[in-house]
Amino acid sequence: MAAIIETRHLTHIYNAGMPDATTALEDVSFAVEEGDFVGIIGSTGSGKSTLITHFNGILKPTSGQVLLDGKDIWAKGQDIRKVRFAVGLVFQYPEYQLFEETIYKDIAFGPKNMGLSEEEIDRRVRRAAAFTGLPEEYLERSPFELSGGQKRRVAIAGVLAMEPRVLVLDEPAAGLDPEGRDMILSQVKRYHKETGTTVLLVSHSMEDIAKYADKVLVMDQKKIAMYDRVDKVFARADELLELGLSVPQVTKIFLKLRQMGLDLPQDVYTVPWAVKTILEAKAREEAKGEGSTC
Amino acid sequence: MLKDITIGQHFPGDSIVHRTDPRLKILLVIAYIVLLFTINNFLGLALSLVLLAGLYMLAKIPLRIILKSLKPIIPIIAFTAILNLFFMGGQGEPLIHFWVIKVYKEGIAYAIFMAVRIVALIAGTGLLTYTTSPIVLTDAIERLLSPFAKLGLPVHELAMMMTIALRFIPTLIEETDKIMNAQKARGAMLDSGSAKDRIKAMVPILIPLFISAFRRADELAMAMECRCYRGGEGRTRLKVLKFQPHDWGTVTFCAVTFGLVWATRFVMPGVL
Repeated sequence: MAAIIETRHLTHIYNAGMPDATTALEDVSFAVEEGDFVGIIGSTGSGKSTLITHFNGILKPTSGQVLLDGKDIWAKGQDIRKVRFAVGLVFQYPEYQLFEETIYKDIAFGPKNMGLSEEEIDRRVRRAAAFTGLPEEYLERSPFELSGGQKRRVAIAGVLAMEPRVLVLDEPAAGLDPEGRDMILSQVKRYHKETGTTVLLVSHSMEDIAKYADKVLVMDQKKIAMYDRVDKVFARADELLELGLSVPQVTKIFLKLRQMGLDLPQDVYTVPWAVKTILEAKAREEAKGEGSTC
Repeated sequence: MLKDITIGQHFPGDSIVHRTDPRLKILLVIAYIVLLFTINNFLGLALSLVLLAGLYMLAKIPLRIILKSLKPIIPIIAFTAILNLFFMGGQGEPLIHFWVIKVYKEGIAYAIFMAVRIVALIAGTGLLTYTTSPIVLTDAIERLLSPFAKLGLPVHELAMMMTIALRFIPTLIEETDKIMNAQKARGAMLDSGSAKDRIKAMVPILIPLFISAFRRADELAMAMECRCYRGGEGRTRLKVLKFQPHDWGTVTFCAVTFGLVWATRFVMPGVL
């Protein structure tokens, strides 16, 4: 499959040329394929947020390129707004961007900027609201009456309504209770499955990444440390721990068990899978045990 | 974009200019402004600029920063210069006479004089804010105004308001940046279109910004009350301002140089 988003030697320096210039990204090259669900992890200050704000041209690279469908988004004659409609970016704490009198109008802000017809806007608003689990009767209410979690859903719906080909979310579950967090993430996953939209999800939680993503991009010290399928990345649990990142608890337990000398695979990162492998190992042991008694 | 605002920005350092007592710096800046308005000849103006440039070098503030801070006031400078150029009467024949416009030699001289004066004014006050952190600055203002407390002026409250306002400038700028990015990500057009479109485009930014400013104000008030803030009465300070020996040196230096600049009026004929 073809790469939908690609960066080539992307470097970003904040306040370049000033005494407080800080490099936030250094020579980052990677590609996301259409239809992927990529999790992005890394400790605070590793450059995750800087990286994703390059994808839709909010930040301009200091050097290097960002490509959408193989075309440099900063090439001459490219309309950067088209890029922004194709790559929908949900920032951290997006509920602070709400401004309209009604939820309906707020969700419609993006599609309206795209210059769509009234009917199309209406269809998209209702569809986005349904995806994020906002009841129809909420649409005419003021977004400021809602709870924090509901506000966030409105904000995410505002980006979904643009029906971007790539959806980028910066810690969409930060500060939510476990229930709210599961709800938002599973809605994103469902959206990904049903529409085939490419999703990039920034998260601090390894559990979430393990549960929802197919691929993981690990950022460390402004650079890419790892970029691979989820199982292959979590197979390198010891390296992740060295980077100051955690791994899913199951993976940690398996790492310990392996250190204790048990013959277990090292790429286990979800609970159901862990159960399966343990049962298999047990069966193997028993088979061996029976073999020796014979 | 918003990060380009440099007026009022602090530029940390450890030079003698940075270390000078902030109260003294405020008074000297006021003196410098008064001086600028009493100068009536180009020699004095040039000297005051040289003095300022020297102080900037001493404070190790790059020229680029100063130029950047002057950028937003270019229209004002141009406006005053043009007005002076055209409306300044003079003796003798006008250099240019076109329709109702008459440009005299005096007009040109005065236009340049005024433009340079404004530049010196901005750069001079800039030196104060570049070398003094906002918190120290308001502290100094509070101390300087403290005599007026006896007359019923709520000096401490005013200073606290200023401190809070200054402290929130970077926060709100950052917040504005974030909101702008979020709206841009939804296709808002902020830097193109007609004047009417642009004003309309501000609504999605200003409303969230106001809401967040109110929220922050509420939170801060709560946090201050939790720490038993009850105004200026009986409040002691962590850092007490003290006049240092080198401050006396600064006073002497400025008295002499300012005096010299002022004395140029006896050497050179005035522009006006």
